[in-house]
Amino acid sequence: MSVKALAGVRVVEFSRRVSVSCCAKVLADFGAEIIKVETPGSGDPARQHGPFPGDRPDPEKSGLFLTLNTNKKGVTLDARSPKGRELLTQLLRKADVFVYDLTPAEADALGLTHADLNAENPGLVCTLITPYGATGPYKDFQGADLSVNAAGGITHGVGFLNREPLCLPLFQVSYMAGLTAAIATTMAVLYRGAGGEGQLVDISESDVLAVLIDGIHLPTYVYRGTSGHRNGRRARMGRFPNTVIECKDGWVCLHVPQLEQYLRFFKMIGEPEWGKNPRYRDRRAMAEEYPDEAEALLAPWFKSHTKQEVLEQLMAYHVPGSPVLTTDDIFHSTHLRERGFFSVLTHPNAGALEYPTPPYRMSDTPTELVQPAPTLGQHNAQVFVDLLGLAPDDLKRLAADGVV
Amino acid sequence: MQQALSGSRVVDFGTALAGPLVGALLADMGAEVIKIESKTRLDGFRMGRPIIGQDTAGGDEGKWPDLMPGFHAVNRNKLSVTVDMKTPDGVRLVKALIKKSDVVTNNYAPGVLGRLGLDYPSLAKENPRLVMASMPAAGLTGPLRDMVSYASVVAAASGLMSMIGYEDGEMVGQVQGPWGDVVASLTVTMGIVAALRHRHVTGRGQFIEIAQIEAQTTMLGEALMDYQMNKRVRGPQGNYDPNMAPHNVYRCAGDDRWVAVEVATEEQWKALCKVIGDPDWAKDPRFQTLRSRGENRKELDQRISDWTSSRSPEEVTELLQAVGVAAMTVMNVEDHFTNPHFQHRGFGVEVEQPMVGVEWLPGFPWRMSKTPGQVQRHAPLLGEHNEYVWCSIVGLSKEEYERLVQAEVVK
Repeated sequence: MSVKALAGVRVVEFSRRVSVSCCAKVLADFGAEIIKVETPGSGDPARQHGPFPGDRPDPEKSGLFLTLNTNKKGVTLDARSPKGRELLTQLLRKADVFVYDLTPAEADALGLTHADLNAENPGLVCTLITPYGATGPYKDFQGADLSVNAAGGITHGVGFLNREPLCLPLFQVSYMAGLTAAIATTMAVLYRGAGGEGQLVDISESDVLAVLIDGIHLPTYVYRGTSGHRNGRRARMGRFPNTVIECKDGWVCLHVPQLEQYLRFFKMIGEPEWGKNPRYRDRRAMAEEYPDEAEALLAPWFKSHTKQEVLEQLMAYHVPGSPVLTTDDIFHSTHLRERGFFSVLTHPNAGALEYPTPPYRMSDTPTELVQPAPTLGQHNAQVFVDLLGLAPDDLKRLAADGVV
Repeated sequence: MQQALSGSRVVDFGTALAGPLVGALLADMGAEVIKIESKTRLDGFRMGRPIIGQDTAGGDEGKWPDLMPGFHAVNRNKLSVTVDMKTPDGVRLVKALIKKSDVVTNNYAPGVLGRLGLDYPSLAKENPRLVMASMPAAGLTGPLRDMVSYASVVAAASGLMSMIGYEDGEMVGQVQGPWGDVVASLTVTMGIVAALRHRHVTGRGQFIEIAQIEAQTTMLGEALMDYQMNKRVRGPQGNYDPNMAPHNVYRCAGDDRWVAVEVATEEQWKALCKVIGDPDWAKDPRFQTLRSRGENRKELDQRISDWTSSRSPEEVTELLQAVGVAAMTVMNVEDHFTNPHFQHRGFGVEVEQPMVGVEWLPGFPWRMSKTPGQVQRHAPLLGEHNEYVWCSIVGLSKEEYERLVQAEVVK
């Protein structure tokens, strides 16, 4: 059996945020051992989120929870009770990484500030993920996915100017923050492996977006004093076509920046002569001054072709673009099926479902999905008895007291 | 200062954004990143008319490739060499450099490096500790492997775009930022740091393939579950969240200014009502539970808007956060640059660039207490480090180096 890239790294996940769950999932996919700590009774809020089969809520069948927690172990523990807190301390002494989302006030109340954690286990990598970071004027602010979209500069760019701006769907910004946190955490593990100590990895979800997505607009702002705005289906900068337009059975996204690509594009739609017309050669003007006219030119061809036909033509002419694929298209994609993108996992309650396989195709260290998300408290005995050495009777007593 | 990746050397073939961002993140954390360039085939981010002061280039278009701020943002901390890879000597030089390196990254189409003899098996024969990453849009195999794409195209092909739009079904799709590129870059970077950890333990390098589309699709698991569980094809969902109400962005005073508000608990709902003066409408039975507020969200949103529309988003944020309710200004880059919180967090960093003077580039996406990362140098001028890299690292003699410059292999 192959060795996994993060084999031997033990991670304790303690959180209610999608970003933290996502960070730990990435580490799990690389073979780290994740011990996910949930509140007894209710568990991770993602268990309440859904989607559920038949839309009937069931904490063991939430689609969000199932996909975020594959390859993890799950335990329950009430960190506010002294016994539970003691178990968490024991767990953290045996861990390499702690991924969590406490506000400064919560960390104080639980005795889980970075100073506390460092005193307990100086080698521990503490990855704290919050909406605004551990320092700065907003460090105590509340915020979930929508706030982070707003603060991170995403919302500002999505939507039509005459309507409200929009967040991205399906916790996308939380996923991006979690992935970023997983990179920083792995670098901290590397540093420790090279003789360094543990450290605090302070991830602000809104910093991640501001720096990585909005930061690209910073030079334009500094030199021109402009910030741009949302612009519906059209990109607000660049050359025509950089837009989303309607086809026979859906939508198509086109982004054709290079001249050779653009000339091939006109051949593709059967109008090679248009490439010689000065009005259709000035592609900045087409994008900025007469985009309606420019798109109207393309509309008849696209309206008479299906997504599949458009895709075939784009591939044949090497034009950058793609139909806007729906989850239906994705699930039946020949390309993804041929690449073995979906893996079947059978969960004791939710049954057999196809999950997207982690996107890391590594030649030496596999990242495949091996086990479904844990049921609530599934690994209590394995972790508390086998790992921490608790007597089975003590575990029973703790369960009766509601500590686990 | 010892950084997390100090002592690692990276050969970076990246162009535009998705490729170079990988190298930039590694360079921020202390890796020595060498960008392989060519004067005859410039990185797209070096092309075009610079947006900085018109007089900086003094009318000399030859200086433009060193004056592109977008290029500076994703290539700071790197070294640049220029080499003609169409010549056997050029390929030989690059191979010799890779032999002395830890990581190779590229965002070329499938097969490009292989045709130059720079495929992983050949390179690993010389350097078994090498970690190499490729990130073609649709992957190295499968019917769509030759798909040509940019960030928005990846968003379309991955399924994400089909869900970006208004709840009433109006399609938007477009994100005014390099979303798909950044997802791909982060995914590749994660693969590389994991591979470096594996190499630290076992001494073995490996090859990493990331299909940009798959990197994005794995972030849509919830919708793929809904499709299987309920045969439901998710469309645009606007700002709606079934588990919070109010949950939207609301118009504020000023030109196109907005604030996001999220209410998750009854306690927060009561706190919000108190802030807005406990109006009579808020006592309406339709607004008493999360579920009924969600069902009547159109009217609820109108009421909240009535209150926010005469206030600035900053005032709403302050009033609501003071009572524990999530609220935040919808920010743009000007906000990030001037807002005290983002200034405190280091959104921008000042870098001295020899031709431009001091310029602002984006900071770091993480804060690490022991290995904070640093910007040690400006983005390189085209070919700035030829002599250092080819002589000091690869070990060419001064004479051999001069000969290759004369022969335009190094150019």
